[in-house]
Amino acid sequence: MPPRRIKGRDWSGARLRGLALQGLALAAALGGVGWLAQNAAFNLADRGIAGGFGFLGRAASFPISESLLRYRPSDSFGWAFVVGLGNTLLISVVAGVGATVLGFGLALIRRSANPIAAGFATVVVDSLRNTPVVVQLLFWYSLFTLALPGLEAALHPAPGVLLSNRGAFLPVVHLRGSGLLGLVALTLAAGGLGVLRLTRRGWYRALAAVALLLAAAGVAFAGGLGLQISSPHRVGSDVVGGLHISPEFAAISVGLVLYSAVYVGEIVRGGIDAVPKGQWEAGRSLGLSEGQTLRLIILPQALRIIIPPMTSQYINIIKNTTLALVVGYPDISLVAATTINQTGQAVEGVAILMFVFLSISLAASVLMNLLNRRFALVQR
Amino acid sequence: MPRARLLRTAAVAAGLLAILAGCAPQASRNRGHNTLAAVRQHGYVVCGASQGTVGFGAPDKAGYWRGLDVDTCRAVAAAVLGDKDKARFVPLSGQQRLVALQTGQVDVLPRTTTWTLSRDANGVNFTIPNYYDFVGVLVPRKLGASAIAGLKGASVCLQTGSTTEVTFQRVSERNHLGLKAIVFDSPQATRAAFFSGRCDALITDASALASVRSTLAKNPDDYVIFPADDEIEALTPAVRQGDDRWFDIVKWSFEAMVTAESLGITQANVDMMRDSPDPRIRRFLGVEPGNGKALGLDEAWAYRVIKQLGNYGEVFDRNVGKDSSLKIERGLNRLQRDGGLMVPLPFD
Repeated sequence: MPPRRIKGRDWSGARLRGLALQGLALAAALGGVGWLAQNAAFNLADRGIAGGFGFLGRAASFPISESLLRYRPSDSFGWAFVVGLGNTLLISVVAGVGATVLGFGLALIRRSANPIAAGFATVVVDSLRNTPVVVQLLFWYSLFTLALPGLEAALHPAPGVLLSNRGAFLPVVHLRGSGLLGLVALTLAAGGLGVLRLTRRGWYRALAAVALLLAAAGVAFAGGLGLQISSPHRVGSDVVGGLHISPEFAAISVGLVLYSAVYVGEIVRGGIDAVPKGQWEAGRSLGLSEGQTLRLIILPQALRIIIPPMTSQYINIIKNTTLALVVGYPDISLVAATTINQTGQAVEGVAILMFVFLSISLAASVLMNLLNRRFALVQR
Repeated sequence: MPRARLLRTAAVAAGLLAILAGCAPQASRNRGHNTLAAVRQHGYVVCGASQGTVGFGAPDKAGYWRGLDVDTCRAVAAAVLGDKDKARFVPLSGQQRLVALQTGQVDVLPRTTTWTLSRDANGVNFTIPNYYDFVGVLVPRKLGASAIAGLKGASVCLQTGSTTEVTFQRVSERNHLGLKAIVFDSPQATRAAFFSGRCDALITDASALASVRSTLAKNPDDYVIFPADDEIEALTPAVRQGDDRWFDIVKWSFEAMVTAESLGITQANVDMMRDSPDPRIRRFLGVEPGNGKALGLDEAWAYRVIKQLGNYGEVFDRNVGKDSSLKIERGLNRLQRDGGLMVPLPFD
């Protein structure tokens, strides 16, 4: 075979062939998508199904049982989707943070020298990893609704706390007065504390800090701001006041946290185990404790291995939030399902759902890639 | 260039070209425009059915589908194919049902589906209501509520994919009840949550509530059912839009059972009735020809519907009424002459 030219224009042979094949492949892919789209458009028109997203502006008029954002049934379908998205993000964050913290804990326990602790962690990991997540969610939901007493016989584990099959009711601290003023006072106070923490000391800094804190107190006093505790209490078959954690929210959160924590734990354990043993020995020889060695020497190296698989784990958590609907928690997929039923706009509803999840997952993976790049820089 | 490599390149190129050629726009396939021909070719009618609502559509212990909706579909099979058993049933969730009909997975959808404008305008046609229902509330007797007003602040379990969600909201707002909805995606989950005590009440079509109470409650007398408001829902079999012939056949197959009741024709006396001198009965049963030809069926189609299934009163009593476990009153579903909403139409 004659030696190939590497540089310069070479329109003969391999390069031309390669370009032609790639062009054909691209055309075939685009053609395939176009064909599907055309068929869909034709079939929808053929069956008299009106397309488009006009329905998003109409009043939704269905209930959403609980939501982070304010929702009334007279709001539009579009807003209902946003409210559902808020709930989806809420469970994603709760499950993501919970799974990370618990997963790290599980990994450390599994590596522990204590055989009972390590054995316990192994049993937990194996039982949670080897059963379907839907079954686990249903298990938690039945536990919260069947094993707890009704509202009339609710448990009082602590003053102001009610536990029943309607969920947990906890006392909360409310801000009394205007929220905007509260924000101003909080910003001033934070600024004051921030100035105090500055390393360069000097009397004018202390003065500035005191002035800011006084201003914060002044705003709070003048605005009539204060804190008040709201405790839940029963009114008929209802509970008012306090914070309500529904069995639905508890089931999806606990279920996803535990299920995902097991996978996170295995990723973390793998990452820690992958750091050479010599690094531990080096730490010990420097006189560092086990904890210090782990924190200062092992983890920074393990994180490089841990972060890439964690990205796909977080994306899995986000996608798994759609299971909320089996335990009755109104996430965005429940809103989509209801909207499809009320309006018959199946293609549009599913398209919105896909777009939303694609956006969330891509955003999560971009963030994780940024994090990854930061830790990768540390490499020798 | 080695020959094997050339061949491989050529094969890849040919494959891609073939895919590209396949993407050329296809001629209109017109699927679903002649349901009658398709049904005759297959030899059976595909019916959208519920996922197990006793009385309306559910397989019995032997796996045989029974129910008012099931019989509505069997009537079509009897009229078109001559045999009520030439029907197949596809269980559909509340969310799937309309899409399944629109996309041609099922030929008829008699599945406790409320006739609404937006559904009607969106790719389906509703035929004639086969059951008039109302939204009902099921509560434990010990709660002490006997009307919707007694449920202030209550938690209510309901299922997504139905018009109940909209009714729930209207009732809650109109009566300033502040009801809390707990929404599930399957009837099983909704009912389980209610019986576990998660909710004070279960809200859905009263007909389904009767079925839930009779099959799931340990002691049916511990529960009461009352209407959520005074609006009624017309549960109506639907067909795909754009096939008028099939639309007609489904309408009249059901209507035959209603009209038979008003003419006094029953499953037992239908053979005798063929000798009746009454011209309406003679025309109805096809002794005097005309009706079959008009619909594109044979002349004995209505005779077969009654012979195999009985008239509407018999179908009602057998599935949901006095001869069933549900014991639902005929009420709104009586014939119009008896004070109900079922209107016989002239078979002329």
